Amino acid sequence: MEQSSHSGSGLEPWNDPDAKPYVRIDGVTKKFGEFVAVDNVSLDVYRNELFCLLGGSGCGKSTLLRILAGFESASMGKIYIDDVDMEGIPPYERPVNMMFQSYALFPHMNVEKNVAFGLKQDGLNKAEIAKRVADMLALVQLEPFARRKPHQLSGGQRQRVALARSLVKKPKLLLLDEPLGALDKKLREETQFELVNIQEQTGITFIVVTHDQEEAMTLSSRIGVMNNGEIVQKGTPSQIYEYPASRFVADFIGSVNIFQGRVVEDEADYVRITSSEAGCPLYIDHGVSTVAGAQVWVAIRPEKMTVSKEKPASEDNCTHGTIDEIAYMGDLSVYHVLLDSKKRVRVTIPNLTRTGSGRFTWDEKVYLSWQGSSGVVLTS
Amino acid sequence: MSRQGYVELGKQMTAATSPITRLMWRFPPYRWSIVLMKRLGVTGRTAVIAMPYLWLLLFFLVPFVFVLKISLAEALIARPPYSPLIEWSEETYLTIRLNIANFLFLIEDDLYWKAYLNSIKIAGISTLFCLFIGYPMAYAMAKATPSTRNVLLMLVILPFWTSFLLRVYAWIGILKNNGLINNILMGLGVIDEPIVMMQTDFAVYVGIVYSYLPFMILPLYANLERLDNSLLEAASDLGCPPTKAFLSITLPLSLSGIIAGCLLVFIPAVGEFVIPALLGGPDTLMIGRVLWDEFFSNRDWPVASAVAIAVLLLLVVPMMLFQKFQAKEAEGQT
Repeated sequence: MEQSSHSGSGLEPWNDPDAKPYVRIDGVTKKFGEFVAVDNVSLDVYRNELFCLLGGSGCGKSTLLRILAGFESASMGKIYIDDVDMEGIPPYERPVNMMFQSYALFPHMNVEKNVAFGLKQDGLNKAEIAKRVADMLALVQLEPFARRKPHQLSGGQRQRVALARSLVKKPKLLLLDEPLGALDKKLREETQFELVNIQEQTGITFIVVTHDQEEAMTLSSRIGVMNNGEIVQKGTPSQIYEYPASRFVADFIGSVNIFQGRVVEDEADYVRITSSEAGCPLYIDHGVSTVAGAQVWVAIRPEKMTVSKEKPASEDNCTHGTIDEIAYMGDLSVYHVLLDSKKRVRVTIPNLTRTGSGRFTWDEKVYLSWQGSSGVVLTS
Repeated sequence: MSRQGYVELGKQMTAATSPITRLMWRFPPYRWSIVLMKRLGVTGRTAVIAMPYLWLLLFFLVPFVFVLKISLAEALIARPPYSPLIEWSEETYLTIRLNIANFLFLIEDDLYWKAYLNSIKIAGISTLFCLFIGYPMAYAMAKATPSTRNVLLMLVILPFWTSFLLRVYAWIGILKNNGLINNILMGLGVIDEPIVMMQTDFAVYVGIVYSYLPFMILPLYANLERLDNSLLEAASDLGCPPTKAFLSITLPLSLSGIIAGCLLVFIPAVGEFVIPALLGGPDTLMIGRVLWDEFFSNRDWPVASAVAIAVLLLLVVPMMLFQKFQAKEAEGQT
């Protein structure tokens, strides 16, 4: 999976063996009674990174965030922020701020006082506080609402107050728990880019928890996919999407067609796999560390398949089926193709013209084909 | 209502409603009253809204008017012991005699002022004690696990299951010279002479604080239990240590509970009669006792009524403040 295009550059410190991690999570485990919420997680996050912890509900991502903030203590393992061991340091003394999922704005204080609250705790003088609050409100475009109470604001405005309040102390690390979860779809998309811009302007290291894979892809420099308290894969959005490490990750991020098969030929630069599910020999142009005869899975993304009425020239990576379902999504159409092996495959085709000529219809017999570089072999 | 409308109404009542309503519809009185209410334009909704008003009118406003009437009369040795307000003299003239001498007497005689001020003092100090004892208790209840919370709530409510009078009498047994406390202390050799606690202001404070503590705890608990814990986490996250977070987040947000609890203790404590009568000494002057003496010892009903009206008016002020605060609070939460 060492597929990064420019490894070792300053933009990607995780590929630089000399780079020093800013936040180090070292073998952290958290147990609630017998239940293991976080299971031996180790993770390095670098300065100015926007790292996303992605996973379904109950996967331990929020618990990990709460351990970083200091609201929960780890049963085992250590956390270092900027080389300082965080063990035993209460939340109010950590150089960490958190943006809560519920925003947790103080209902009895107006926007200005909410944002100023953290600075007041540091005992800054009035003029300094006023200036920093004003700057922060300008950054999140909330100046006209400075005197309003939280209940007089819309959901999007409250979200920005919460962000401003957590950013104003210029923490070493900002934790965001589902920061866009309570916003509607349109606002969420706008705010995603705003959040990235603010992160770049302030240069603060962000760790974001989300269950929304689209949000994670848009926001982050790197993603850590969590399942059952473990980080099952970490990497850049494209690494996670194009080179999933397991069937779980492939299935969790985007949609995918997975064919079960057996390795026939295992060479350094290609593998050949037979699969009764696919109904054709599968050829993949990257080597796999496994032996001939081993059971593997081949994952192919829906957009990487081509649909045609005529039979393509090659025998490899070419199967046959009947169109079963069609969903028109506007920008693209989703086809469900029932293969001759009764396996159902999802294919997406961009709608390049408005007229719909050349599109396929229900019960049409079609060939599906893809490149040797389209699929990825998974061993677990 | 036309015959047609009557038939329609009957169909509606029998078709859509429950078996009980259908059965009741067969009884002519029920049927007639429904039809009468329809004709008068009274719907079920207005009837429901009217009920509490009717209740207040019957059991609060009408008695109040009686008391007001007596307070404006003159005391007589007769039955009833006061002069009539409205008289027909010689069957021709209607005379209405309003006597404000009772109210003037309240101002002239400093007994009433002193009793009133003393009542406010005793009620005020008791309220503060209730607050300082009740707040930590309510806080602990709100922070307890749900199962412990129910047990604690039960313990707070439990004393209400025995008579209030009985519980005050029990304090006599505890506080008197050869009572529980003195016997224990003398038995231990801590004191040689019994400490005089009965018939002092101290006993009155103990009685009031003990009796009214649940009225402080319950509104405070209801308020603190609602407090979102993530607000305290947010405060802590922003660098605020726990004690400071309590002062700047928990306390201001529980203000409405504090005010509700204080008024629930203060208002009845001002008019309290039983506790000062049983536990207090002869010099524990409280307006409730003065009222009692005026009615039953002096048999001066008009002055007693005037005292009652004065107490009511003086207590209406804090109640109105409370109402105003509540309205503001409700406005703030929407």
